[in-house]
Parts: sequence; C-alpha cells; structure tokens
Amino acid sequence: MPQMSMIEAIRDAMDVKMGQDDDVVVYGEDVGYFGGVFRCTHGLQKKYGSHRVFDSPINESGIVGTAIGMGAYGIRPCIEIQFADYIYPAYDQIVSEAARLRYRSNKDFTAPITIRTPCGGGIFGGQTHSQSPESLFTHVSGVKTVIPSNPYDAKGLLIASIEDNDPVIFFEPKRLYNGPFDGHHDRPASNWSKHPLGDVPEGHYTVPIGKASVFSEGKDVTILTYGTMVFVAEAAKKETGIDAEIIDLRTLMPLDVDTIVESVKKTGRCMVLHEATQTSGFGAELSAQVQERCFYHLEAPVVRVCGFDTPYPHAQEWDYFPGPARVGRELKAMMEAV
Amino acid sequence: MSEYKPLKFHVPEPPRRPGDEPDFSGVVIPEAGSVRRPPVDSSAADMKELASTMVRVLNKDGEAVGPWAEGLDDDILIQGLKNMIRVRAYDERMMTLQRQGKTSFYMKCTGEEAIAVGFRAAMEKGDMNFPTYRQQGLLLSTDYPLVDMICQILSNSRDPLKGRQLPIMYSSKEHGFFSISGNLGTQFIQAVGWAMASAIKGDTKIAAGWIGDGSTAETDFHAALVNASVYKPPVVLNIVNNQWAISSFRGIAGGDHATFGERALGYDFPALRVDGNDFLAVYAASKWAVERARRGFGPTLIEWVTYRVAPHSTSDDPSQYRPKEESSAWPLGDPILRLKNHLISRDLWSEERQTQTEAEYNDEIRAATKEAESYGVMGSGASPKDMFDDVYEEMPPHLREQRQKLGV
Repeated sequence: MPQMSMIEAIRDAMDVKMGQDDDVVVYGEDVGYFGGVFRCTHGLQKKYGSHRVFDSPINESGIVGTAIGMGAYGIRPCIEIQFADYIYPAYDQIVSEAARLRYRSNKDFTAPITIRTPCGGGIFGGQTHSQSPESLFTHVSGVKTVIPSNPYDAKGLLIASIEDNDPVIFFEPKRLYNGPFDGHHDRPASNWSKHPLGDVPEGHYTVPIGKASVFSEGKDVTILTYGTMVFVAEAAKKETGIDAEIIDLRTLMPLDVDTIVESVKKTGRCMVLHEATQTSGFGAELSAQVQERCFYHLEAPVVRVCGFDTPYPHAQEWDYFPGPARVGRELKAMMEAV
Repeated sequence: MSEYKPLKFHVPEPPRRPGDEPDFSGVVIPEAGSVRRPPVDSSAADMKELASTMVRVLNKDGEAVGPWAEGLDDDILIQGLKNMIRVRAYDERMMTLQRQGKTSFYMKCTGEEAIAVGFRAAMEKGDMNFPTYRQQGLLLSTDYPLVDMICQILSNSRDPLKGRQLPIMYSSKEHGFFSISGNLGTQFIQAVGWAMASAIKGDTKIAAGWIGDGSTAETDFHAALVNASVYKPPVVLNIVNNQWAISSFRGIAGGDHATFGERALGYDFPALRVDGNDFLAVYAASKWAVERARRGFGPTLIEWVTYRVAPHSTSDDPSQYRPKEESSAWPLGDPILRLKNHLISRDLWSEERQTQTEAEYNDEIRAATKEAESYGVMGSGASPKDMFDDVYEEMPPHLREQRQKLGV
C-alpha cells in the first residue's frame, strides 16, 4: 500500500474525485498554479486545467459566496481557505447562506460544497495561524464539521465530504500535515511514512462522516478528542500508564454520540481534550452530552483540558498548547478522584 | 498649538426632510434618446460615460426616441405593461392581507415595477436571478402559480417553503428565482459564482445579481465586482437605486456624488446607468447586457435609477424621515403611467384596456388570495414536523431526538 503524508492524502482525495466527477472544481488563494501554500493541490491544475483548479482573489467571502452560487448551479466546489484563522470574512456566507440554503428553500437549492481549511497550533503560528474555530461552526445548524487526525482518515473523509450533498467544513490540523505530533516539541519530528496510518489505499474509498473511531482501547477513562490532540492523548496514556480509551471523534457535527456513550459507560470517567479555547468550546457540548447520557455511570466529574481563554500567543506556544504533561497531570488527578 | 484647523466630521444629509418641499434639483436627467448605444462587445474604457449618464427612451411626450428605441417588440411592451399592472395589483392586495392580520409582513415595490418586469423579459428559460426581496416582478412575470406565492406569504399548509421563511422570501429554481435571504448583499456574489459555473461547464446560461443602493455598501458587493472583474463570467449585476435604504438616503451608501454605475469602472467592466421608470429603456438595456453576457463578453453592471414610492416595508413609516410629497415629485414619474401613455399614443393600448386589465388582475389576485386563505393564514396549517426536515439531506440523530421530544 502507498505511504502518504496527510498533505499527499488530501491531494490524492481531490485527484480521485476530480478524475471521477467533472463537476468537482477546486479553487482558493494560491491553490492553482502554485499548488497551495501547503502543497495540498500541487499538480492538480496541470492535470485538470485551469477551468477546474484555479487561483482566487484574496476574498474569503467571495470564495465561499461563489461556491454557493456554483452549488446552486449544480456543480461541486471543493474550496480552500488558506488558514482557519481567515475564515471569518466568509462567516456570513457560511452561516447565513450555505448552512440554510436547503432548509430555507425546502431543498429547491442546496450547497454541496466542501470548505477545506488548515487549523490548529503547535507550529509557532501566533495569533492568526493557529486557531481552532470549530465550535463557531458546530453551533450552526446545517453545516457538517469534520477534522481528521491522520492520512488514511483525511483521504477517506475528504472524499466523503466532497460526495456529501450538505456543506462540510473540513478542518486540517496543519501540525499533522507531515507527521504525527504528540506535543513533545523537544524531540525530533517523525513523519507519516513510519506510521501505520500513513498507509493510504490508492483510488476511491470513504470514511463515513458522523462516525468516531476508537483510536486506542482502554478501561480506566475515556478521552474524547480530535485532530492533533489524539496523539497527545496517546503520549499521555503511555507516560502515565493510565489505561485510557482514546476516541478520535473525526466528525464533530453530526456527532457520534453512541460511540461516546458506550465508552464512558464502560470506563466511568471522561476527559474532553481540544486545542481550542475552553469557554463555549466544543468540549462544553461534549461534556454536557456525557453528563446527560452517562450521569449514573460517572465516577468523577467530566474534565476539560483545552487551550486557555486567551488569543493564541507566539512566544508562550508550549505553555498554551495542551501537551502530554498537562494532559497527564489531569489524567492522574481524575484517577485519584473518588 | 497645531498649525491646522480642527478636523470636521462629515455626515451626508438628504436635501430635504419631513415638512420640507421635495427637491430633486440635484438629480441630473439627460434628454431621452441622447445617450449612444455601443456594441455589446465594447470595453469598459470605450463606454465610460454610460456609467454616469442615463439611458432613456421615452421623452416627455411619451415618444420612443434615440438608439435604444430601435428593435423594440410591441408585444413585449404590451406584455410588460400587463405584468407591471399585475405586480402593482398583487402588492396592493398583499398589503391589505397584512393590514387584515392575515400575514405578519409584506414589502411592496411600488414605482420600481418596470425594472424586474423589463429585465425578466430579456432573459431566457434556464437563466437564474439572484433577487432581493423587492424583485417580485421577476416571479410575477413568469407562470409561477399565484396561489403558491400567496401561500408563502401566509405560511400555511400549502406554503412551498413549509412555513420556514419570513413572508416574501420566495424560492423557485424552476422559474429562475434563487431563494431569497434576509442577509443583504450575499446573493450578489452567489450570482457571480453561478455564472462562473455556467462558463466552467461551457453552458450558454447567464445569471443576474440584484442589490439595492444601500446594500452596495456591503462587503459582498465588492466581492461580486472583483470576482466578476477577474473571471469575466456571464453575469448582469443590477443595482436598483431607489434613493432610500429604509430611512437612509443614498448618500449614506456613498452614492451622493458618484453614481453607483461608476463603481464598475474601477473593476474594468462596463456599466449602464438607466432610467428605471422607463420600461423601454429597461428592456433595451437588459437585452444589451444579457446579450453581452451570453456572447461571452463578460459582466455588466446596471444602475437602475428609480424611486421607492412605498414604505420600506409594512413595518416602516417614511413620513418620519422624508417629505410626504417626495414620491409624487420624483422627476422620472411612474413606470406604469409612462408606458401606458406611450402605448396609447401609438394606438397599441387604450384607457378602456387599462381599466379592464386592472380589473382582470384584481379579480385574478382576489380569487387566488381566497383560495390561498383556504389553506390557512398567519402560519396556521404549517406543520411542526416540517421544522426538522431539510436542515441536512438526511436527518441526523440529534435532530431526530429533538423532534421526538417535541412529540411530532
């Protein structure tokens, strides 16, 4: 099986879909000739032509707004916002238009669009190259929110997103583009070629939207997480020896509640873990779901380990980023609780 | 101490307020027939002045004059007059429904009927409009079922949008009428995207975007113009300058001293500025821009100069911010009267036919309203079950659960 980085897997997903479906078009800032600032669309313009893969003006509202118009016409844009931190100019088009189009028109018009956007920190990106704005989208009825943590899922979920008839925000943790990252910034970075999840099948396959995966089985505590934090959780599990069950949610909306409930009922403890700021973050929803559905199985309060409620700083990167040490401390404290 | 005088903060004011005599002396109106008609493949640079002047066909005697009068089809003019009469009758009836408490809300387009009706006549089946809430004429010029249209306003059991949308926010793909959104300006850039898709697929269909003078200040107006400029898609971008954005005059949108049409020049595509109350000019200019788009020569911006005669909506009272008699003082007059007089002067129409047509449409709309009301008024008949469908293509588990909790 071919080995791919997350970048290559994402590019391959678009290549597969563009090869299968003439209605799939790819565009965004620097996406065409140059192949994207992260190389995710490298070679696609040469292969499919500039009428299907092209550069856009620096105009996020325009990128999403034109895509909605294209969706209404009947084609299937897969567009890129260069950083999730820059998706806000398009927020009106996503929230007021893409998310509601099917509902408000009684399915007369739909927005079968995929919005790819690199997210997350751990790369010294500072305030505007590190954010994790997923909860601003999970709060919006009508959009799906997907966030893969590895090349295999990235390709399968992206193909599923492009094929989905609902608008999908596809967050790509840029820290995971070249290799898994467990928060140990002081150790050499590894790459996907040495990881089993870097094995990516050729051709078409999908990972279903709305299904979590049990990344690592365990019986002491459930960790609900996604993106880069999946590997941080795994590192904390190893370093503390606490037998955590790590659930990679993969899709935040719609949420795979069944997998969550099954795990928490088994372990009796739950940590929610994400890079995004804590207050009103997606962890609050996860925590509430667990509290409502697993109350009588809980042996400790649900714990949230998140980014702090500050803008993402530059110099204080590793104080801000919820690394394995912080996660480990919180895990131990949970296990010591009655 | 500073060597400079204190800076002054500038807030534009309309020339007249309530209690004042209306004053349109600042509105420059060229003679009908005085503006040239360039070829449809003209560059923006070759037709710059058309963004600033005003294309007009009907002179003060009701005669069609000048280059934009050529090739106008009499049947289209007669049908245009009929459609405008129908739109006005519809607006009056729906206003009454709101006053009777049968619907919560309505918005008239009185005085602006020529623009949507004339533009629609220049389009073909399969083309797509991205309208605002004041282009009901686009839909009323088609065979869209009147009863369904009124049912949307009543939010009843036959409402095509299942009671989910505020009255007047219609949607009909089949009739080239994109779903209306409450968020202003958003559809202007979507029209550009639709047109880009048509070009990407090598189709021959064109799109039309619609926006008001006030909403040109929205960010998506710029998004539409820059994307239209870059990709040259087959789109006509219509600005309906009715002088007012609720209570704010056009100056608050930056349109007091520069025309809205001139906005296009910086983006390197042509603009036409047109007498929006002159049906002949509206139809001719629309034909020109639609033809230009369909032949692959790219986008056109059109500023339609008109006046919002009616209140902004049924929730508005214009006497609070503009002179009471301002609409009757509007120098471009009434679009229905002007076309009627033109057709009568050419023996293509008569006062009798006018009266008869008005009566026919009143009857048609009255009957359709009666039928629509039989399906419920003011939201009665809409099903709570429909509230949960179509958020997504398939209902996700959390919505299924919420629906079950409501017991529907």
